[in-house]
Amino acid sequence: MNEDPRDEQQTSAVIGSAGSRRPRRPGGRRRHGPGVESVVPEAEFSSYYGRPIVKPAPWEADIPAYLFTGGLAAGSALIAAGADLTGRRHLRRTGRLGALAALTFSGAALVHDLGKPSRFVNMLRVAKLTSPMSVGTWIITGYAPGAGLAGVAELLDMLPESRRPGLLGGLTRVTAFVDRPAGLWAALFGPPLAAYTAVLLSDTATPSWHAAYRELPFVFVGSAAAASAGLGLLGAPVSETLPVRRLAVGGALLELVAEQRMERSMGITVEPLHEGRAGRLMRASKLLTVAGGLGAALGGRSRVLAGLAGVALMAGSACTRFGVFEAGLASARDPKYTVVPQRERLEREGPVRYEQ
Amino acid sequence: MIGGKNSLYGPVNPTADAGYSADHPARKGFFTDTSICIGCKACEVACKEWNDVPATHFDMTATSYDNSHSLNANQWRHVAFIEQRKQLGAQDPGMRPPEVTDLPMPTMRPTDTAEAVADQADPTGDPGEKPDFRWLMSSDVCKHCTHAACLDVCPTGSLFRTEFGTVVVQDDICNGCGYCVPACPYGVIDRRKGPDGASNVGIAQKCTLCYDRLTVGETPACAKSCPTQSIQFGDVEELRERASARVAQLHQAGIMDARLYGNDPHDGVGGAGSMFLLLDEPEVYGFPPDPVVTTADLPHMFRRATAAAVTLLAGGALAFVGRRR
Ligand code: SF4
Ligand code: SF4
Ligand code: SF4
Repeated sequence: MNEDPRDEQQTSAVIGSAGSRRPRRPGGRRRHGPGVESVVPEAEFSSYYGRPIVKPAPWEADIPAYLFTGGLAAGSALIAAGADLTGRRHLRRTGRLGALAALTFSGAALVHDLGKPSRFVNMLRVAKLTSPMSVGTWIITGYAPGAGLAGVAELLDMLPESRRPGLLGGLTRVTAFVDRPAGLWAALFGPPLAAYTAVLLSDTATPSWHAAYRELPFVFVGSAAAASAGLGLLGAPVSETLPVRRLAVGGALLELVAEQRMERSMGITVEPLHEGRAGRLMRASKLLTVAGGLGAALGGRSRVLAGLAGVALMAGSACTRFGVFEAGLASARDPKYTVVPQRERLEREGPVRYEQ
Repeated sequence: MIGGKNSLYGPVNPTADAGYSADHPARKGFFTDTSICIGCKACEVACKEWNDVPATHFDMTATSYDNSHSLNANQWRHVAFIEQRKQLGAQDPGMRPPEVTDLPMPTMRPTDTAEAVADQADPTGDPGEKPDFRWLMSSDVCKHCTHAACLDVCPTGSLFRTEFGTVVVQDDICNGCGYCVPACPYGVIDRRKGPDGASNVGIAQKCTLCYDRLTVGETPACAKSCPTQSIQFGDVEELRERASARVAQLHQAGIMDARLYGNDPHDGVGGAGSMFLLLDEPEVYGFPPDPVVTTADLPHMFRRATAAAVTLLAGGALAFVGRRR
């Protein structure tokens, strides 16, 4: 880039140590921490003492856990509605109870992240199309009553006849009447619930999240389908699981293919997906998803194998969420992932200019 | 915020776009001319004093004389100190080789310092020659972007556009979700982490461009306190002209490194309310080289997410079609 030897010196004086924010040791020429494997050739870049440029999201495990349970809730509602319409009672029960549990968990994770419940209510003071978090809040607010009602109906239905006298009996008659519309309602909100979480991450300046914006929604809906189908495999007798076996295979395939394409399109910002904790999570996610998909396809008629495949699919989906989450944070901490792609674009296309 | 066709990206008057009537005041901002900054940090102190910003968490970086690290919730102005092995332009720090030997010059690598000192202490060297060493200082601040990602993504409407075209957080509405933090392409806004007992811990904070002072016709505290007028406050339109004039002047004086940053309404954030005159590449100062507001891609993201959601719905339906078991 620069032929001037003084520039060269200057670069080495303020160059960031990629992958590590510690000042370089005397005489050390290493730019990488131990065990860091790089896909792209080492990029020369300047930074202000290797300090981050963009800030990593100040989020903790609540958020990836929420991404996982949100996907699980979304897919489970979809499965419950399908099972309801096709008369698969056990699958319906697994789906509805799964949706209710996942919804409860994700609500708790959100509130825990915000600190107190009133802050969730605060989110409902505006509806903002430019804010994926606002849009997502409204999607959940739409999804919750349907999934909640269908889940409660299912719970009441599980009580033996003799245990529901009086008021509870009356309530059961009401929920038995509205459970199907409620379940269908939740199923309609399911797909947007699974997809918006990808936009939530991509609509940031976090390099590895933003660079993934084209494929991430497909990774996330595939992952949601695989996880919820996994739950169905785990909870319903094999006589009812044909649809979820199909969904498991389809979801796993979609997740793996979309993830592959995503990695190819991300340029240098793919590195954090392969390194450290995120790298381990992503490798685990791939293994578990492949194993779970194969298990669902080939061993789905055995109760034990179906259950194992279900667990693998759910674990794979969780690993995907945590892996993508961690990779984004890592990409924000290293200025290389902010500077190098922008420099490359500058060299290719010149500065970004808005033209009428 | 979804009004005109440039609402997400491109040149626009942010104040009018936010819905203020035509008689709103002119857009206000900063022109920070880093070529005359002396690194006194008066702006940092004035900002903390006026806005009652708590002390920055004390944490030595051991990399330079910069002890305030970065912009964050407790640091709304940040003066960067950059030490370079590069000849000075028109500046003269008064440093001559013999004195350099006595100065504990900070660098990233002590061995290099030793080499550098050895080089420069060379008795045969011409004492009149300027040393190959310069300091760049630059007072950084929120850019008050024309298209502010922080504002666009905030789910509560806590961040808002003022009548002066600036971007301000309302701490009584912010719910601390932290979404604005990764959205800012400059890494400016942050959630306050402490210290214990400080107000608004857990709430997003950043420079308000001294909104309270602007409303009474006052100059922001940082600009007012700047002894060299490195920080100039005024109407953005006029500052853009002043910035261009200054860069032309420096080019004429042979300082070809001088360049403007954040002054162009056609850039990736639609131009900033805070523009800078820099003497090196933006990333050397800790700025992104060519940032683009993330919401510029939002329509595309929205379409991809819709396609993915439809895929899931169709897949779910298909799975239930046909055979019973
Ligand atoms: S610099 Fe960051 S915090 Fe400031 S207005 Fe722009 S996006 Fe918001
Ligand atoms: S942390 Fe506060 S200001 Fe930032 S996006 Fe959330 S609600 Fe808005
Ligand atoms: S304008 Fe006011 S709030 Fe912003 S940095 Fe200057 S003194 Fe601080």
